[in-house]
Amino acid sequence: MTEVIEALSLVPKAEAKQSMKDFKSDQEVRWCPGCGDYAVLAAVQGFMPELGLAKENIVFVSGIGCSSRFPYYMNTYGMHSIHGRAPAIATGLASSRRDLSVWVVTGDGDALSIGGNHLIHALRRNVNLKILLFNNRIYGLTKGQYSPTSEVGKITKSTPMGSLDAPFNPVSLAIGAEASFVARTVDSDRKHLTSVLRAAAEHQGTALIEIYQNCNIFNDGAFEVLKDKQQAEEAVIRLEHGQPIRFGADNSKGVVRDQATGDLKVIAVTEQNASQILIHDAHTTSPTTAFALSRLADPDTLHHTPIGVFRSVDRPVYDTQMSDQLEAAIEQKGKGDLATLLAGNDTWTVVG
Amino acid sequence: MTSQVSSPAEQADGANEAVVGEQRKPSGAKEVRQLDRVIIRFAGDSGDGMQLTGDRFTSETASFGNDLSTLPNFPAEIRAPAGTLPGVSSFQLHFADHDILTPGDAPNVLVAMNPAALRANIEDLPRGAEIIVNTDEFTKRPMAKVGYATSPLEDGSLEAFRVHPVALTSMTIEALKDFGLSRKEAERSKNMFALGLLSWMYHRPTEGTEKFLRTKFARKPQIAEANVAAFRAGWNFGETTEDFAVSYEVAPATSAFPAGTYRNISGNLALSLGLIAAGRQADLPLYLGSYPITPASDILHELSRHKNFGVRTFQAEDEIAGIGAALGAAFGGSLGVTTTSGPGVALKSEAIGLAVSLELPLLIIDIQRGGPSTGLPTKTEQADLLQAMYGRNGEAPVPVIAPKTPGDCFDAAIDAVRIALTYRTPVFLLSDGYLANGSEPWRVPETDELPDLRVQFASGPNHELADGTEVFWPYKRDPKTLARPWAVPGTPGLEHRIGGIEKQDGTGNISYDPANHDFMVRTRQAKIDNIEVPDLEVDDPHGAKTLVLGWGSTFGPISAAVRRLRVEGKPIAQAHLRHLNPFPRNLGEVLKRYEHVVVPEMNLGQLATLIRAKYLVDAISYNQVNGMPFKAEQLATALKEAIDD
Repeated sequence: MTEVIEALSLVPKAEAKQSMKDFKSDQEVRWCPGCGDYAVLAAVQGFMPELGLAKENIVFVSGIGCSSRFPYYMNTYGMHSIHGRAPAIATGLASSRRDLSVWVVTGDGDALSIGGNHLIHALRRNVNLKILLFNNRIYGLTKGQYSPTSEVGKITKSTPMGSLDAPFNPVSLAIGAEASFVARTVDSDRKHLTSVLRAAAEHQGTALIEIYQNCNIFNDGAFEVLKDKQQAEEAVIRLEHGQPIRFGADNSKGVVRDQATGDLKVIAVTEQNASQILIHDAHTTSPTTAFALSRLADPDTLHHTPIGVFRSVDRPVYDTQMSDQLEAAIEQKGKGDLATLLAGNDTWTVVG
Repeated sequence: MTSQVSSPAEQADGANEAVVGEQRKPSGAKEVRQLDRVIIRFAGDSGDGMQLTGDRFTSETASFGNDLSTLPNFPAEIRAPAGTLPGVSSFQLHFADHDILTPGDAPNVLVAMNPAALRANIEDLPRGAEIIVNTDEFTKRPMAKVGYATSPLEDGSLEAFRVHPVALTSMTIEALKDFGLSRKEAERSKNMFALGLLSWMYHRPTEGTEKFLRTKFARKPQIAEANVAAFRAGWNFGETTEDFAVSYEVAPATSAFPAGTYRNISGNLALSLGLIAAGRQADLPLYLGSYPITPASDILHELSRHKNFGVRTFQAEDEIAGIGAALGAAFGGSLGVTTTSGPGVALKSEAIGLAVSLELPLLIIDIQRGGPSTGLPTKTEQADLLQAMYGRNGEAPVPVIAPKTPGDCFDAAIDAVRIALTYRTPVFLLSDGYLANGSEPWRVPETDELPDLRVQFASGPNHELADGTEVFWPYKRDPKTLARPWAVPGTPGLEHRIGGIEKQDGTGNISYDPANHDFMVRTRQAKIDNIEVPDLEVDDPHGAKTLVLGWGSTFGPISAAVRRLRVEGKPIAQAHLRHLNPFPRNLGEVLKRYEHVVVPEMNLGQLATLIRAKYLVDAISYNQVNGMPFKAEQLATALKEAIDD
C-alpha cells in the first residue's frame, strides 16, 4: 500500500521495508496443531508489512481464550489482559495515544459473553480500534463448553442434553450496536482475510471483523460447508461493494428484496430478474440492508452466509473528538494554569 | 496576625464587573453577643435547597476568616416525597474563632423548614438550642405526615428550646409580590430568606451571596433579583423584628491559620485538584476512566471541566471499563486514574489484579460509603479497608493510603501518584463520603512547593545476554525500588508483550515454572512492603499510657475527643495513619510503647484486625457504622473508659 491511509495518518511509518518476519516474535506458538488460529496469525503477520507502520506504534490487546494468546506471537507491543476486557483497555490506549494502531484480538466467548458490554460500547463509540473476533462457536481453552454463538441444542460437557440458548449472530449484533465497520471472513481463505484486514485498517473508527475459525479439537468442521469448494458454492455469498450480490455455480443465484416483506431473499437468477439483484452498498448510511444481509444465512446449514464487508461508513471517531475537545478547551480558556486553578475564585489571605 | 478578605472575583475586571453585591451591617440597635463557636444545621425537604443554603453560609463564613467544618447529609433519593422524613436533607456547619476539627456533635441552632425537618433533627438538639421554624408549613397535613397529632409549636413539647416561629414562606411571597412571579416560583426563594436571616444573626458578609445569586441566575435576571430580594428581606426581618433581640459575632480565627492564601474546599474538589497537580508535576497526561457512582461522581465532573490541562475523562460503560481504560492509558504512558465507591471496587477487583501483575502505575480512588452491596450511598463509612487490602484473587498486594481531612485529599492524591509512579503499581486511595462532601478552609499551596514526580520511560535495552546481545527485558527490576521499566508503545526496539499470566522473572515471557512463580509472588510482595513511607508521628505531650490510633476521616473527631480529654487532665496519645499498606516502619514499635491501644473506626474493626494480626497487639476496637462521622463527645467518653481501665 503506497498511499497514506487517512485512518492511520498519525501513526509513524516504518523507516525500512518490512517483511512478515519482522512481525514474528521469538515466542513459540502454542495453539493445538491444526488450529485455525495459525492461519489467522500468518495472515495478519503477512499483512502488516503492507501497512508500512513503525511496528513500535502497533499494539495488540487481547482478553482471555485461545485466540487471546495472539499478542505474544506478534513482535509489536502487546497486552494479554483479562476475560472480555480488551475493548475497554484498548479504548483507553487508543483514546490517549492517537499515534498508535491498536488491534483487539478476541473470541466468541471473550467478546460476546463475558465482554459483551465492552464490545457493544466500543462499537457505538467508534473508537479507532480494529477488533478481530475469532468465532469458533465453542469454548476451547476451558475444554469444550458451548459458546454464545453455538447452535441451539449443542451437546457439550456442560450441556449433555443440548444447549438451550439462542446464539448471537455477531455481525447482526455489531450492526445493531451502531458499528461503523462490520465484516466477516474465514480463517482458511488467506486472500479474503487479507482483503478484509486491509479494508478494516483503512477504516476510521471501530472495525469489527468476525473470523470464522476452526477449532479442530472441540468443534471440528464447524465451518466446513463454507470451506469445501463444492459446498461453498451454495453456502458462501461474497460481498463486494458496488457489485450485484450473486453467488452459486456460474453466479446462478442472487439476492433480491422481497417486495412483500421488505426482507432479503435468494432467488435463481434469470434474464428477467437479473436487474432486480441487489447491488451491495457497504457505504450506505442506513444499516437496514446490511442487517438484512447478516440474517440471510440459515443458522443450521450456514447456507447463504455472506462474507466480506457488510458495512463501512464514515462517522465521527471518538478519540479524534476527544482530542478535539481538549484543543477546543485550550482555545476557549487558554492552556490551564495550575496556580489559578488551585486558588479558585474565592480566596482570602491570612497575613502573618 | 490579621485576616482580611481579598477575592479575585472582586478585583477581576470584565465579565464580573456588572455582578455586584451589597455588604450589609447591623445597625447596632440590638444587643450583640460574642461567641467563640456556633453549630448551625439547616434542614428541609430535598427540594428546599438546603445544600445550597449551607454552601453559601459556608462560603461567607470562610471568607470572613472563621475556621469551619461542614457535614452535608442528604438522602439517596433525588426527590423523596415532599414533607416526609426520608426526604429530609440537612447541612451542618461548625464555625469558630479558633481552629476546630469537626462539624460539631450537636447544633446550637436548627433551621427547620417544615415539620419533617423538625421531627428528623430534634433528637440531636441539646437543651437550650435555638430553633427557627417555618410556621407556614406547620399545618395539619404536613404535621400528620410525620406523626405530629398536635402542633409541637403549641403543645409545649419544645419547651426545652428557644423557638423562633417565623412565617418564612409567606414572608418570602410577600417580599416578592412585585416580581410578577407565581406563588410557587416565589416560594422557592424561602431558603434565601432563611439564609438572609441567619446571615444577620451571625454577622456574615452578604455581598458574596448576592454576587453569587446574580452569577448563578445570570440568564434569568428576574429570578436572580427575586432571590437577592428574599435574601435581603430575611436579613431585614432579623434587623427589625423583636423576636430576634440578639445577634452574635464569631470573630475570625486569626491564630488558627498560618499565613497564606486560603479557600474553602471539599474533599472531592481537593482530590480532583491534587490529581491535576500530580499530572503536571509528573509531566504526564491525566486519564480518568470512571463510571458515575455516589459519592465519587463529583471527581469525574470536576476533572471533566479541565480539559485545557490536557485531562482526558472517559465516562465508561461500567466500572470495569472505567479501570480498563485507565489501565490501557497507563500502558500508553498516561497517568491512569479510576474513581469509584465500594460497589465499584468490587467490580474492578479483577482488573486491579491485572494491574498488579502488569506492574503499571494506576490510581484507584474509592470514596467509601455505607455497605454492604448498595448500602447507604450518600452516607459515610470506612469499611472498604479490607477490600482494598485483600479483595483480589491470588497474592495481589496494593499500597493503600487515606486522607484525613477534606483539604488533605489534595496531598494524599499527590502521595498516591508518587507511589504509583515510583513503584509501578496500582495504588488505593481511600476517601469517604464525609471527606468528599465536607469542607474546610485550605491553604492554597504555591505550585513550586509541589514535589517533582517525573519518572523516566525506558528508552533502550536494559539487559545483555550471554552472547553479548543487548535486549529489553520488561520485568528486569530497579534493584532499589524493585520497579520494572515503563516502556511505552512508540519506543522503537522495546516491543514487548505483557499479560496477566505469570511471567518469567526478567524476560516477562509466560512461565509456569513453580520456582519462578514462588519468586515472582514474593518479589511483588517485597516491592510493596519496601515502599518508603514516613514514620508514624505520635502526639503525646504528657507521656500517656493509652494511644488512640485512627486512619482516614476519623482524624477530626478523634483529635477533638483527644483535646477534650487533655483539657480534663486525662493524658492520651494520638497517632493517625496515612499509609495503611505498607504501614510505617515504626508502627510496631509505637504500638508496643502503650498499655492500651484504642482504634476507633467507622466499620467493625478492620484496621484493628490488621494491627492485631501483624503486631500481635491487643488493640481495642471502638466502632460506629451509622453512616455518620463520630461525635467527639461520645468518642471522648469511650476513650476515657480505655484510659481508666
